[in-house]
Order: sequence, then C-alpha cells, then structure tokens
Amino acid sequence: MSTDATTHAHEGAEHHSHPSASFYVWIGIILAVVTGVEVAIFYIEAMDAYEAPLLVLLSAAKVVLVIMFFMHLKMEPRFLTWVFMAGVVLATFMVGALMVIYHVLPRFGG
Amino acid sequence: MAQAATAAVDEHGHTSTGVSNWKVGFWTFIASECLFFGTLISTYMVYKGRAVVGPYPDEIFDVLHTTISTTVLLFSSLAFVLALHAVQNARKKAGILWLFFVIAMGAVFLYMEGTSYLKYIDYGLTLGSSTFGSAYYVLTGTHKLHVILGIVWIGALIWLLFRDRIPPAKSEQVEIAGLYWHFVDIIWIVIFTLVYLIQ
Repeated sequence: MSTDATTHAHEGAEHHSHPSASFYVWIGIILAVVTGVEVAIFYIEAMDAYEAPLLVLLSAAKVVLVIMFFMHLKMEPRFLTWVFMAGVVLATFMVGALMVIYHVLPRFGG
Repeated sequence: MAQAATAAVDEHGHTSTGVSNWKVGFWTFIASECLFFGTLISTYMVYKGRAVVGPYPDEIFDVLHTTISTTVLLFSSLAFVLALHAVQNARKKAGILWLFFVIAMGAVFLYMEGTSYLKYIDYGLTLGSSTFGSAYYVLTGTHKLHVILGIVWIGALIWLLFRDRIPPAKSEQVEIAGLYWHFVDIIWIVIFTLVYLIQ
C-alpha cells in the first residue's frame, strides 16, 4: 500500500512541467512594471489617501508572482503551500498584533 | 514505525510526498525565515516615527536610487530562474552564464545599498544614533547578509557546474539555491514597500 502511494506520488511529481523561458521573461517584465507603478503612486500627491493600501496590494501581488512562478510553488504538491503559508500567516499575525499593541491601542488609552 | 520510516524514501530516492526531503526541509526553513524577518520588520514598524532625534526617513531616503537597486535584484531572480531552466535542459554553459549574471546583479545591489549606507552615515544616521537607525540597519543589514550568503552559494554552484558535478538529473541542487535567492528577493520587495515607499 505504502509502495503504491510512493509510486503514485512520484509519478504525479514527474508530471509537473515547468513553464518556458519566455514565460519567465514575461513575469520579470510584469514585476518591473508593477515596481514602476508603485514608485509612481509614491510620487503622485493625488494618490496620498490611497497610497498605503495600494502599495501593500501591489507588493503582495509581486510576492505572489515570485512564489508561484519563480519558486514554482504553483507546480508543487499542495502541502508545500501549506508549509510555507504556516510561516507567512504566523509572521503576518505577529506583525499585525504588534502594530495593534503599539500603534492602535495607545490611541484609545490602551 | 521502522516500516513507515523506510516507506518514506524508497531505494530510488522517491518519497511518499512526491517531493524530495531536501525540498520539503528547505520550504520549512523558508517558512521559519518568514518569522525571523517578521520580527525584524515588526521592530522597524514599532519604532517607525518614534525617533526623537534625526535624521528622519523622509529626509534621507533616495527612493529613485533604491528603486534601481530593487529592480536589479528583481532581474537577478529572473536570471536565476533562467539558469535553472537551462540546467534542467542540459544547457550547462547557459546555466553558468545566467548564474554569473545573478552574482553580478547581486553585487551591484550590494554596491548600491552600500553607497546608500555611506550617505546615511554622512547624514548622521548610525546604528546607535536613534531607534530608527538601529531598527533600519538591523533589518536591512540582515537582508544584505542573506544576499552575501546567496552569492557565495551561487559561486559554489558555478564551480560544481564547471566540474560537471550537477547533471540535469541533479538540477534540484540549483533549484534549492534558487528558492533561497527568490526568498531573499521577496523579503526585499516587502522591505522596499514598508520601509522606503510607505513613510
């Protein structure tokens, strides 16, 4: 039973095909363009009100592109995504909790 | 128990997960690195705007300069994935060439960030000048140490490729180094946004 599971898993892994070189170049170009948009948002004063959320969103999009395609997480078994996400979720929770403790609660006398 | 342990990796190196144990271990390491950099980013964000003595971020940061170094690091990630693609397809020379580009771009990134450090020190921002200085240098300095380690690792890969020690069947060695390099790139994407753009 375990041998069957091993074989099937290995066959499944072999079926993952990586994208072509030109696909990677396109991802690189998209990353550069998004970086340009981020810097434009930074300099355009009219965008000041939406600056922080927009920049965080664009930055997150860049991170997802690198992880999915350059690190091939999209082509790997799903459990690797869970391994990685465990670290990301814990780190995000920690940063968020500290921001609340030091920047939000003091405004309410906390 | 012993049977389960032997079933996890068979005689051909196949695992029950379909992924090599090296890769699973490295993804776990990357997850732990997320927490490590999370603590440094938290520290920077907590002290952000609380420094009582200057210089302050908006007085010294040169966003255009950092944008160029960020783009260089982004393209080094592209060069790495092209190197891996070449090694997997038995194009050793192309793989070596792309890895040389990665090292060159990593070195350019370090040089540009180094010149920024010198400028900030001239302005009076040092590790001990303010909470902002301490948090900034520890966060970005730790990232630069990771870049230096990555360059050394890639140098070792080039040496192994020259000596034909990494055939296409063993390209996972290059892939794992790539995971590290791309992670270093991801961390800089986050630092660039949180430290330089959202001031």
